[in-house]
Amino acid sequence: MAGKAVGPVRRSFAPWTDPASKPFIEFRKVTKRFGDFVAVDDLSLIIYEREFFALLGPSGCGKTTLMRMVAGFEGPTEGQVLLDGQDLAGVPPYRRPTNMMFQSYALFPHMTVEANIGFGLKQDRMAKGEIDARVEEMLSLVKLTPFAKRKPHQLSGGQRQRVALARSLAKWPKVLLLDEPLGALDKKLREETQFELTDLQQKLGLTFVIVTHDQEEAMTVADRIAVMNQGRIVQIATPSEIYEQPNSRYVADFIGDINVLEGRIASTGNGVVRLECIGTGATVEVDQDLTAAPGDTAWFAIRPEKISISLDRPQNGTINAVEGEVWDIGYLGDVSVYHVRLPTGATMKATVTNRSRLVERPITWEDKVWLTWTRDGGVILTK
Amino acid sequence: MADPLATVETKAPPAPARQGSGRWLVLIVPYLWLLIFFAAPFLIVFKISLSTAAMAIPPYTPVFDLAQGFVGLVRGIQEFAVDNYLWLVSDDLYIRAYLSSLWIAAISTFLTLLVAYPLAYGMARAPKGWQPTLVMLVILPFWTSFLIRVYSWIGILKKEGLLNQLLLYVGAIDQPLTILNTNWAVYIGIVYSYLPFMVLPLYAALERLDDTLLEAASDLGSPPSRAFWQITFPLSLPGVIAGCFLVFIPVTGEFVIPDLLGGTGTLMIGKTLWTEFFNNRDWPLASAVAVILLFLLIIPIVLFQNMEQKRAERER
Repeated sequence: MAGKAVGPVRRSFAPWTDPASKPFIEFRKVTKRFGDFVAVDDLSLIIYEREFFALLGPSGCGKTTLMRMVAGFEGPTEGQVLLDGQDLAGVPPYRRPTNMMFQSYALFPHMTVEANIGFGLKQDRMAKGEIDARVEEMLSLVKLTPFAKRKPHQLSGGQRQRVALARSLAKWPKVLLLDEPLGALDKKLREETQFELTDLQQKLGLTFVIVTHDQEEAMTVADRIAVMNQGRIVQIATPSEIYEQPNSRYVADFIGDINVLEGRIASTGNGVVRLECIGTGATVEVDQDLTAAPGDTAWFAIRPEKISISLDRPQNGTINAVEGEVWDIGYLGDVSVYHVRLPTGATMKATVTNRSRLVERPITWEDKVWLTWTRDGGVILTK
Repeated sequence: MADPLATVETKAPPAPARQGSGRWLVLIVPYLWLLIFFAAPFLIVFKISLSTAAMAIPPYTPVFDLAQGFVGLVRGIQEFAVDNYLWLVSDDLYIRAYLSSLWIAAISTFLTLLVAYPLAYGMARAPKGWQPTLVMLVILPFWTSFLIRVYSWIGILKKEGLLNQLLLYVGAIDQPLTILNTNWAVYIGIVYSYLPFMVLPLYAALERLDDTLLEAASDLGSPPSRAFWQITFPLSLPGVIAGCFLVFIPVTGEFVIPDLLGGTGTLMIGKTLWTEFFNNRDWPLASAVAVILLFLLIIPIVLFQNMEQKRAERER
């Protein structure tokens, strides 16, 4: 979609760490009710200019409502939504400098691709020549120039999605809202488009807000992710922080695959947390600053790829090592997932990258194995 | 049909043949229906239109008699004449009646559309739970006799009628209006009687309209009033066209409404046909009028069919 390879762009873009940054989109204590149902619950959120921001959560968590409040299709029941310092209350959608790419694409079926893309420009009474030039530019941006005269029903799903994107970008909106934009595409096309989206966003320097329930999509495209649940934000952080340092079992569980085992805090301090883990039947040590009292219930969470699996018994005195039996193996091609049953009855998952082309793997069903992990591999969660 | 189990066991071979004959049977039934109830009566009317009026029972010659056999048939055919058609073309009364019918049908179709569109739009926008009730209300008048409903308009529109009394009461007029026995009464009667035929296709088209399209239009800077003409109306066009045909075609040949509500100045071909048939007892001429009316209407009917077919194909 974007021109030739622009190459990897290393971004030192983190306005959220700078207290002097000006908020671009701001939700101030926003609540939205539909009858008895609370879709958004006393939520405050700041999105910065030129940010690619993802709202991630299961369906019904309020993420779409949040986006529709920026677009102007819904108004907050309580609180304020501000754009560039201006309260959006009472500003109808057709006067907002935002554009939206709809989940269903919402292409006008009676108009050609060209007319669809030019629709927004026409509303602004732009001169005909300028409209044509911009439409042409957008068409080449999404590589649909040969399809300009077609109607939406003569296009494939992927092409329609590109028309929808071009249409929502044509007016150079201050904010582009993307509502599950890639949901209808197959996996390969989706991945391709995700990278194209980030390219485009960086090239155009616009603010993008994407709503998605697909954590992989959010991780790929976004600068920051807000994980939502039941109308509230559970965590806002960069993709890697969300993945590596989830702040709760909800976030840990929602993003990627993870082993979560219950336990009791044994000691904290000096950057090390010791947890009496009921699941592993042993003490777990994690490098982490945590304020918790001994005896508090907490959970040890570790991603499967951070666990090593071995047939050999580790050296005596090795911490964070448990023995178990291979219960099941999931062969995914690039990696294999080993489900290991521990003597306590708990199951832990460990992934191994398949580095050799062996059809028979050295570790197989019912083997006695040892699982080990480093002190910075997992995380202790208190909620 | 043979034992159905046999088909299951002897899988493929006999199946296509049996399926073929079944399909053929299904196809022939509607054509048979058309042949008996449309083609045959039309041929009889067409035959009468080529005959000559006579003081007899039936009031035309020739009359085919099966007893006279083939010779009688040939002799009858030799008597056929196109005089009636020539007469229709030469007397401008008929041409004016045809044109006037088409004109009245066009105007009343347009008026019906004007009344029906907001109605259908309101129905399509109403809460989902109400919509079946609203649809039922639209077709409710069909439960009363058409004739009685048109008659009751006389009571409303006449000089001492309800409408005039109401207008006098609210002070909108100080002299009762003459509406009955004018073309206006005919328009009112037609709009009222044919409203459901317009509302239902419009409602069907508007009800299917995707609301997110209007959101998209609004998002792209089009206020609701503009979005109506840019999105809603163009997308409801199939319903508009279907409704217009459904009203225009029968109204062109309408007889009851102009007869009861119209005046001496209301010239419609249905009334002319009735006069020829019952007052002048000129069956052949009346038949010729009917045949020409049919050919006039075949053009819009074929257009309508074509459009419906295209739409069905597009939706598949």
